[in-house]
Amino acid sequence: MKGIFKYVLMDLVRSRVMFVYTLLLAVLSVSLLSLDNNQSKGILGLLNVSLLFVPLVSILFSTIYFFNSIEFTELLLAHPIKRKTLLLAEYSGVSFALGMAFTLGVGIPLFIFSPTLSAFILWLSGLLLTLVFSSFALFIFVFFKDKTKGIGAALILALFFTLLFDGLLLGLIYSFSDYPIDKPVLAFISFNPVDLARILVLLKLDVAVMMGYSGALFKKFLGSDTGTIYSIICMVFWIVGPLLLAVKGFKRKDL
Amino acid sequence: MEGQFTFHENTQAMIQVEHLYKTYGKSKALTDINLHFKSGQAVSLLGPNGSGKTTLIKSILGLVLPEKGMIRINGEIISNTCTYRSQIGYMPQIGRYPENMTINQVIQMIKEIRTDSSHYDDELIQEFGISNIGNKSMRSLSGGTRQKISACLAFLFSPEILILDEPTSGLDPVSSELLKEKVLRERNKGKLILITSHVLSDLEGIVSDVVYLQDGNVMFNKTVRELELLTGQKKLNKVIATMMTSELPQMQEL
Repeated sequence: MKGIFKYVLMDLVRSRVMFVYTLLLAVLSVSLLSLDNNQSKGILGLLNVSLLFVPLVSILFSTIYFFNSIEFTELLLAHPIKRKTLLLAEYSGVSFALGMAFTLGVGIPLFIFSPTLSAFILWLSGLLLTLVFSSFALFIFVFFKDKTKGIGAALILALFFTLLFDGLLLGLIYSFSDYPIDKPVLAFISFNPVDLARILVLLKLDVAVMMGYSGALFKKFLGSDTGTIYSIICMVFWIVGPLLLAVKGFKRKDL
Repeated sequence: MEGQFTFHENTQAMIQVEHLYKTYGKSKALTDINLHFKSGQAVSLLGPNGSGKTTLIKSILGLVLPEKGMIRINGEIISNTCTYRSQIGYMPQIGRYPENMTINQVIQMIKEIRTDSSHYDDELIQEFGISNIGNKSMRSLSGGTRQKISACLAFLFSPEILILDEPTSGLDPVSSELLKEKVLRERNKGKLILITSHVLSDLEGIVSDVVYLQDGNVMFNKTVRELELLTGQKKLNKVIATMMTSELPQMQEL
């Protein structure tokens, strides 16, 4: 497993897409963080950018990478390697490389410009999002035969979680505004890793205005610390769940 | 060459395929395939496109999971295990590698993965002159060069069984000859070789047996000598052409 992980990483470090992604994140981070003297504003701006970019890039890049390396995967599987080992090694390599890109592009500028706890949480939530969405990509790779359909599914999934889900949530809140729906909404939010990442950062930032409905709910019911732990646990489930399903499905997949 | 056919007569089958079935959706890829291959045989898997050749090869490699039936490699049933694959060298039809890795890195990676083997057969690496271009990235290579890398990797661990899927397609005449000579040398060492190829002239003098697949069924499975006697032809492409134009069911009975 270590061998495959090392070489996947070696391949990706020299990938141009990865370089451009890192550079883009770095430019955005530096410009947003140095724009204003108010650090919270900078972090908020960066949060919004990360919430849109990280899921989309992570899931698309990983999906395309997994599908492109299918012939090499076959070649490796003709050697005495377990399918599970190979799949997890490929996942670790890709998600580690994407996580590195995020750390270099967003993490390091954050620690230079604003070395605060909220900055650390922003970096952490970006990393978790990277892991979640490359895990989705692996799931798509295993359960879709065709690369084009796989990429389509990846796009839909990313857009669903970054844009559509909040629309649904708003619809839900408005339709049932006469009822005490706070707790169901809280549960509903746990189904969206992007919302969880947003709440994770907002709980640590003391910007009540920006907290939004979901953030306020978390603070009200769970308090800042419990809310943070709850969000992190939910996101870990979002990483492990698709991964386990992918490993299980890959055992029965025809290559 | 005839002498070489005799020594595998009494040995146990290295590959045993029994009542193998595979369907993709509604289409039947393999129907009740029964085949036994022994050491020292060089078997040519022939058949039109979509006849199930690659599916059969992939089933043996454990890449495709059949619905019914059993495959044994040296007596060991292959479902739910991967260790048997250390005895097989596989050269795929299309070799695609991580684009940003160099040739040396790919070879090194495969060597590192194969902790079970420390002795390497780098004859082909030498003959193809791969060491001279070892620092080139996989992205920059032509299809033929990638094919050479695939061939080198298939032979690298001196496996007992070699499975070559369209090995000479895309290779220049010199490299193609080098590969054929290598295949012959390995066969003479008593290894089992499975080759699919549409270029029958490339198989001339290499193969000892021919298995013809059509629509997922084995139409015939005979030695080249039997086929030559049956058809009265000497050239492999003529032999196959004669077999194809004659009544196949009758041929099977012979």
